[in-house]
Amino acid sequence: MVNRKMVLKDVIKTTPENLSITGKVAKIDATGIYYRDLNRLLRSLDGNGIEKIEIRNVYGQRYIGTDLDDHLSIDIYGTPGNDLGAFMSGPKITVHGNVQDACGNTMDHGSIVVHGRAGDLVGHSMRGGKIFIRDDAGYRVGIHMKEYLGKRPTIVIGGTAQDFLGEYMAGGVLAVLGLNMKERRHDARFVGTGMHGGTMYIRGEVSHLGEEVTIVDLTEDDYSVLGSLVDEFCSYYRLDAEKILESKFNKLIPVSSRPYGNLYAY
Amino acid sequence: MKSYVSPEYLIERDNDKCIRCKVCVNQCSYDTHYYDEEDDVLHSRNENCVNCQRCATFCPTQAITIRENPNHYRSNANWTQEVLTGIKKQAETGGVLLTGMGCDKPNLTYWDRLLLNASQVTNPSIDPLREPMELRTYLGSKPDKLDMDFSSGEAVLKTELSPQLRLETPIMFSAMSYGSVSLNVHKSLARAASEFGTFYNTGEGGLEKSLYKYGKNVIVQVASGRFGVHPDYLDAGAAIEIKIGQGAKPGIGGHLPGEKVSAEISKTRMIPMGTDALSPAPQHDIYSIEDLRQLIYALKEATDYTKPVFVKIAAVHNSAAIASGIVRAGADAVVLDGVRGGTGAAPRITRDNVGIPIEMALAAVDQRLRDEGIRNQASVIAAGGIKSSADVLKAIALGADACYIATAALVSLGCTVCQKCYTGKCPWGIATTDLWLTKRINPDIGAKRLVGLLRGWSLEIMEMMGGMGINAIESVRGNRLLLRGVGLTDTELKILGVRMVGE
Repeated sequence: MVNRKMVLKDVIKTTPENLSITGKVAKIDATGIYYRDLNRLLRSLDGNGIEKIEIRNVYGQRYIGTDLDDHLSIDIYGTPGNDLGAFMSGPKITVHGNVQDACGNTMDHGSIVVHGRAGDLVGHSMRGGKIFIRDDAGYRVGIHMKEYLGKRPTIVIGGTAQDFLGEYMAGGVLAVLGLNMKERRHDARFVGTGMHGGTMYIRGEVSHLGEEVTIVDLTEDDYSVLGSLVDEFCSYYRLDAEKILESKFNKLIPVSSRPYGNLYAY
Repeated sequence: MKSYVSPEYLIERDNDKCIRCKVCVNQCSYDTHYYDEEDDVLHSRNENCVNCQRCATFCPTQAITIRENPNHYRSNANWTQEVLTGIKKQAETGGVLLTGMGCDKPNLTYWDRLLLNASQVTNPSIDPLREPMELRTYLGSKPDKLDMDFSSGEAVLKTELSPQLRLETPIMFSAMSYGSVSLNVHKSLARAASEFGTFYNTGEGGLEKSLYKYGKNVIVQVASGRFGVHPDYLDAGAAIEIKIGQGAKPGIGGHLPGEKVSAEISKTRMIPMGTDALSPAPQHDIYSIEDLRQLIYALKEATDYTKPVFVKIAAVHNSAAIASGIVRAGADAVVLDGVRGGTGAAPRITRDNVGIPIEMALAAVDQRLRDEGIRNQASVIAAGGIKSSADVLKAIALGADACYIATAALVSLGCTVCQKCYTGKCPWGIATTDLWLTKRINPDIGAKRLVGLLRGWSLEIMEMMGGMGINAIESVRGNRLLLRGVGLTDTELKILGVRMVGE
């Protein structure tokens, strides 16, 4: 383990103009900082009594949030690069802007709240934590997300998402709210292809499903799960949860937890 | 439907020798033997037998002989017994034919057509029993040049080295997931690796909590299913391996069937019990070399640049160009897994027909990386069908830094390569998660047997090196002049970069 205190001193020495610390809050101007240096700087702040980090002028720096500790809350202004919060375990990230691909890749714990759009692969193989995207997201959202015991990953997309939504999904909850859609129909094709666990709640129609998935009605338990998710979503974006919940939701579940059980000759 | 498939094996029991102890009944997990109390005699259901030899090995009076069923169909060089039986099975089930272990066809091995050199007269051979022999190997990216500072009067290395793995012998245990093999196999591998100073690879099934203490001898794998991958797991290992492909099944993913996802497996893979563990064919965040770079650096960021990151691919037609991309993407080692590499379960058609032999892929990759001047940037590890110390040494002479072995390791634990790993009922307690069967591997004995294998092979490597007048494995690495080919075409020799015997 790196001696983080030493690193902090060094870092402060070398990049004073980019970093200012007031009490437990650190502010970073990320202009022109290479991702590796930015992340090293973040790691050096981690464990040094800093609780909140504000990063401004983020232009595509990758892996922000990776290998940081539990208690940090990070505010990002700008557009973070791919793999935001990859393998992340703990921090609470708020992005004031859009995010690129693979946001929350194999994420373990913590949260990402995006005030904007997201690229492809939101929450790829995610196993815990929460991701909220205010607007639309790209292809393969929630692919192969999985749950185990108390760890139940959650993704809420405010707008719509593209093809292969929830592909290979093995656990967790994925909600797509379809806000701001012109028609009440999502264009995504092959929704839930290979799905064998978890639940999707989709507000609005889905016309093109994968073979391994089916649509059922929501139960009371579903409404309580969905209700608390939508409440949380609305709390971040100042929206009216009740109004969203008034509309009909479709619940998508896998046909079988063993979709490829009888594929073989012995 | 009446099955037209006849039993592959017949069991003969010498009733004079048989003492009715019923060891065979208890040892067989395929329910082959049974005891008839009325007549006080043991019988067998031939159709259940997989010829794993468990019963014959444990029969105290050696009363059991297992023979191939002589009732073969009419001999035919094309429509062989295997072909006909396969077609009948598929007609009856409509399924993909599954198999286990590596390709069993004879036409894909080049090791046996490569011969090593020895010193005679002009360059004295060395006796490894009396003189120091260096097998120590470092895996990881090496710098283009070393900067030294002599100002203090002493040589001080200024170049910052990339993280390296230190191996006391150039042999590691290849990836076999916890799930495809039992916990006791993992314990045996971990203990042996730690005792001998080498490494064992977790495969894509996570690392069981009790094995974290062996972390500095563990390579943790990240594959397409990301099972059991979380920050503690990444921190636990000495290196991280990204699995893109496997020699036994290039281009396809894997399914750990729900039956094998027991409570214990479920805990380590972090998925609910009884669900299929699906490893998709591609990693969905990698569709290009640039994407691969993204994952390599995500893992480096996740572990603060403290560990080497390997990338494992199956040996395929274009391996050399792919390996070049992998090195340029920032991998610290490229792992090549040849067509004869083993598996816990793969479609037989893929196992036997897809991919290329490790010898050719290794030679082509090493040459390509040299030609491009980037060979030092990554180590090359050869895997898939390494079955003796001579294969290891030949692989190193062809350009490998080290070899991975898995089938050989399992054989040392008792495996008889019956190719039925996919049933999950391995009577030797290896390829199973059934708690009754897994007890058959005692990790203390298992580790001892594995260390025995590593020691034996290492001594043999030293003998052969000594015979060539070489006292450090570094001098063998990529030294193809130490090899000659026999029975190979000009093109084969050219790709291997070796001369014909007699030349």
